[in-house]
Amino acid sequence: MSTPAVRLSGVTKDFGPVQAVRGIDLELAQGEVVAFLGPNGAGKTTTIDMVLGLSQPTGGTAEVLGMAPRRAVAHGLVSAVMQTGGLIKDLTVRETVEYTASLFAETMPVDEALANAGIASIADRKVGKCSGGEQQRLRFAMALLPDPALLLLDEPTTGMDVEGRRTFWSAIRKDADKGRTVLFATHYLEEADQYADRIVLISRGRIVADGTGAEIRALATGRTVRATWPGADHEALAALPGVDQVDVRGEQVLVHAKDSDEVARFLLTQTAARDLEITSKNLEDAFLSLTGADA
Amino acid sequence: MSTMTDVPARRVPPLGGFNLTLLRIELFRMLRNRRTIIFTLILPAALLLTVGNQKGWQDTAGSGNVAAYILISMALYGAALTAAATGSMVALERAVGWSRQLRLTPLHPVAYIIVKALVALSMGALAILAVNVVGILQGKAEMPLHVWIEAAVVTLFCTLTFAALGVFVGYLVPSENAMQILGPGLALLSFLGGVFIPIDTYAEVVRYVAYWTPMYGVAEVARAPLTHDLPWFAIVNAVGWFAIFVAGAAWRMSKDTARV
Repeated sequence: MSTPAVRLSGVTKDFGPVQAVRGIDLELAQGEVVAFLGPNGAGKTTTIDMVLGLSQPTGGTAEVLGMAPRRAVAHGLVSAVMQTGGLIKDLTVRETVEYTASLFAETMPVDEALANAGIASIADRKVGKCSGGEQQRLRFAMALLPDPALLLLDEPTTGMDVEGRRTFWSAIRKDADKGRTVLFATHYLEEADQYADRIVLISRGRIVADGTGAEIRALATGRTVRATWPGADHEALAALPGVDQVDVRGEQVLVHAKDSDEVARFLLTQTAARDLEITSKNLEDAFLSLTGADA
Repeated sequence: MSTMTDVPARRVPPLGGFNLTLLRIELFRMLRNRRTIIFTLILPAALLLTVGNQKGWQDTAGSGNVAAYILISMALYGAALTAAATGSMVALERAVGWSRQLRLTPLHPVAYIIVKALVALSMGALAILAVNVVGILQGKAEMPLHVWIEAAVVTLFCTLTFAALGVFVGYLVPSENAMQILGPGLALLSFLGGVFIPIDTYAEVVRYVAYWTPMYGVAEVARAPLTHDLPWFAIVNAVGWFAIFVAGAAWRMSKDTARV
């Protein structure tokens, strides 16, 4: 087993009285493309900052490729593309890339970086005169200069059109196949599902789900059957085909199943259950229920 | 697979990332800025041409004449303004997230500060050179060659005080408008500190206030090679304000790192 690209153990981060991150354990293998999914304010950016060594965890440890994040940055092993800002308006595109390239011990040639990002034709344009999309391409050109082993992206495709998104992700996938680990923060469920090998769902500073897109979706497929059944038989319900979760709360029974009809038929024909209610969840609901209010 | 994470094969850049490409790009960037050029190179030279023309320019001042005294003063003013403009850009870069971007590279914060200080010094040197060239062309200033050189070098180092002031003010006024405060502010301080008008022409009350202002000390120090007259409190003033501005800049910067 090779060194994990990222290892967070018991990481917490407080800002004064506010707990932004409340204990995250996470390990990313090399070459994985992982989506960091969660609503705004869930702690995504705070966690990414700690992986980059931009801030120190209040508790726990963060490691990148087996070393302290700052060391990994100094070796050019980690790069990131932030959502906004981070560029000087009165430098040209080429100067910006040249500036960044000069800081690394080993780097790809500037012209190659410009060509790869598709911004060679605007190399002499001032950054302030570039469109949002062009600036985003520039940020990528800068991030890829040191050929990083780990790439962190904060909402990478914001403002891109469908075609741009597709081109972007196919390029990311190609690099991941060569062993680059990619962790991207997003609040777009579809994007996470389509492009990530693995989705880490985060809410209120905690990981609430971690699995493949299919696994996360499974949490969302099926329906929930709710009924009032005093003295419910937990075992019998769990044994029904297609049932993946049974919850008994006092007289209330909540059964989550792929085949809700089977559960309903059983409850109504063979038990004293009443007040039956069947609700379905879509992907969005699963996301909301996993990340949402009551805990 | 292993090529991507072969850590020993990946070197860390020498000198914390400091290199000449950085310096070149930063300098070109300053030189392209029309406002910088006008306020730092053209304005002080123009001031020299007008103020340097006043009556009595040929009177003796130290080991030279009054025109030489005015030339050194204007060079100081120009260099201070340039250095302050350079300093204020540090805060601007932070505001737009460039500093954060740089934190994702091997560039060490100390190397960044050194680059900025060297840019401020280079721009200051350019401002001093511009005033001196105009002064030579004007043909009024007279002082021994070693005084020209000594005064220019001392002036250059005095400008670091104003680079620190620029950083400090840049943080207090986090926008591209820091220069709109620094410009008139430095002009006012220059009047008070005896850069534009000799301080002994002021009323006693004004003079006692002036002794405490930041331009007074450096002006006396910069002109000392010419005047051979350097009161002890001028040195205290110069060193004191340098320390205050550096401390202020460092304080604001460290306050700001929580966000970066």
